[in-house]
Amino acid sequence: MAFFQPKSTSAKTTQKHVVDPALQPWVEKYRPKTIDDVSAQEHTVAVLQKTLTSTNLPHMLFYGPPGTGKTSTILALSRQLFGPDNFRNRVLELNASDERGISIVRDKIKNFARQTPRAQAVASDGKEYPCPPYKIIILDEADSMTQDAQGALRRIMETYARITRFCLVCNYVTRIIEPLASRCSKFRFTPLDSTSSTSRLAYIANAENINVDAPTIDALISTSSGDLRRAITYLQSASRLSSSTNPPTPVTPTDIQEIAGVVPDQVVNSFAAVLGIEMEGAMAVDEPPKVTQKGFEPIQKKVKELMREGYSATQLLTQLHDLIVLHPILNAREKSKCALVLAEADKALCDGADEELWILEVALRVHKAVSP
Amino acid sequence: MSLWVDQYRPRALDDLHYHQGLSARLKSLAASGDFPHMLFYGPSGAGKKTRITCTLRQLFGPGVEKLKIDQRVFLSPSKRKIEVNIVQSNFHIEITPSEAGNYDRVVIQELLKEIAQTQQVDLNAKQRFKVVIINEADSLSRDAQAALRRTMEKYMSNMRIILCANSTSRLIAPIKSRCLLMRVAAPNEDEMQTVLAHVAKRAYFDLPPEAAQEIIKDSGGNLRKAILVLEALKMQSPDLTGPLSIAKPDWETYCQKVAGLIVTEQTPARVMEIRAKFYELLSHCIPPTVILKTVAEAVVSQVDETLKAEIMHWAAFYEVRMRIGSKKIYHLEAWVVKVMSLYKQSFYQFDISEFE
Repeated sequence: MAFFQPKSTSAKTTQKHVVDPALQPWVEKYRPKTIDDVSAQEHTVAVLQKTLTSTNLPHMLFYGPPGTGKTSTILALSRQLFGPDNFRNRVLELNASDERGISIVRDKIKNFARQTPRAQAVASDGKEYPCPPYKIIILDEADSMTQDAQGALRRIMETYARITRFCLVCNYVTRIIEPLASRCSKFRFTPLDSTSSTSRLAYIANAENINVDAPTIDALISTSSGDLRRAITYLQSASRLSSSTNPPTPVTPTDIQEIAGVVPDQVVNSFAAVLGIEMEGAMAVDEPPKVTQKGFEPIQKKVKELMREGYSATQLLTQLHDLIVLHPILNAREKSKCALVLAEADKALCDGADEELWILEVALRVHKAVSP
Repeated sequence: MSLWVDQYRPRALDDLHYHQGLSARLKSLAASGDFPHMLFYGPSGAGKKTRITCTLRQLFGPGVEKLKIDQRVFLSPSKRKIEVNIVQSNFHIEITPSEAGNYDRVVIQELLKEIAQTQQVDLNAKQRFKVVIINEADSLSRDAQAALRRTMEKYMSNMRIILCANSTSRLIAPIKSRCLLMRVAAPNEDEMQTVLAHVAKRAYFDLPPEAAQEIIKDSGGNLRKAILVLEALKMQSPDLTGPLSIAKPDWETYCQKVAGLIVTEQTPARVMEIRAKFYELLSHCIPPTVILKTVAEAVVSQVDETLKAEIMHWAAFYEVRMRIGSKKIYHLEAWVVKVMSLYKQSFYQFDISEFE
């Protein structure tokens, strides 16, 4: 029997739609295969481990910020439960790119939920899988489902609870209607701490044979703020860029910042200087402090210049915010005034307001707040 | 005969005049065979589109320039027909989803899935994948952007997406994190000078440097505008010497006039007069944001330093209201009235302090 095994798997890979692994996004390539591989999230992993042995599963609701491993966890879990052969007929994965109106819930989901699971196929790779007698429906990005569609799910979840388990995955738990949330056991995914991100990134870099030093990984982590997927995508893009030049150059922190669309520090600092925020760095340099002209005209000019450079307004505001909040000299009152302005501007930009007008508005009001 | 802007548009990455670093990157990416999804962003007239077409040519060869225009009909869930124009070649397809208005999600889902699930059949094609260019990506609705998320990962082997946007603020984070960001900044003055000189050379005439300076100052970093103006000027006076008068667009002079009206008199009668002017502008399809911005800038240049910040503040305030609200003219007028009252207040205070 063992003699036949390698042959049968190779036959399978040829008939399947094969993706060249070199062209695959690393996010897909290095998705955890088992739930032990999931970075961080110890609590969730520990609970789910139990279900693997007891093969009983509640309805689940995964929530947390993007890139923390929600989809990966449920995919890995169902793969471990069912194995590659049963995976296709036991798991239904729907996400926001599929039509998910109320009609789909009524037809597709209900039909899938009511089927009695077929008997377990013999695993072709010779491993034993628990393969419990139920199916799993994964509703990815469930917070973009309409209220009505969610409402239609309520009864379905209960009626077919014996043979179907639901797993809702979303970013904002508040967008899931209360009746659905109360039917599920909730798992919160926290943003990744830097040590587990570091080890995962280092592992990938190692597997891909690229040279990254510690500062680069730090830059990756700081720009991605706990979102591992973003960090991995940046790493891949950076390595593409650096390996495509001739001769290949190592990945540097500046590459990462450029890819992430971060506004360079000098630009933000000079913007802050025009706004009348004193920089402690400028004091240390022994050149005479430049008497920057203050007032409306220079600010307007600076804002126009920034807009011509094409920097993203939200990114600029985020960095300005960091600079103001961590500023050593400004007092609390001034800082809170600035925070108020920034919050208003963020809301306005989300509503689709004009960027130049709002950057100018922020600039003028920050200027007013910090000038005595 | 086509416009100079199109006629002298660079076709290959090597012909581009500025942002050499960016061109080199694009070239090496195209050569590596491992081409990522991309997001080009920058102000208008900076050359985003030119760079995209050059990259396509680099990827697929001259075949991409054979374009055909198709009209496709999509059905919305409520069985409404949506017609969308599609520009395509054998290797790429270009859509402007904002044409579909509220139903852009349907267009994105249908079209992308269709492309993603068919493989390239032409065996001589240089690349295995097709490229989808999405113009004005920042006007995509949230739903449509969410629909892109998983598609971008799942069908990576058959399809690459190039997004073209003015700013990244309105794109949701998951999309941004899946793309390689390419910032195309507006060219600086020297770069514009070289480009204008190059165009002049190709069109067989000499461009006096003063004229070039004048045009550059007027264009505000928008190269397309600069070249259009250059062509217009050339038509007016073939030798391009002497004092040049760059004709401002009608609507701009009109906005200047409105600003003048606001500053000279602040009465209800004047507001009525301005309302008529605003309606005129709106009926000529000038976007209300542009009107507000232009008028505000013109007003600011004519008033006292202390008032400037206030006026811009209210402009920003009413601009966002205009986006959320539905009737644009209300908010434009509200702003005008606000500015008038501010102006009058400061004016009288000034007067009174004089008398004391």
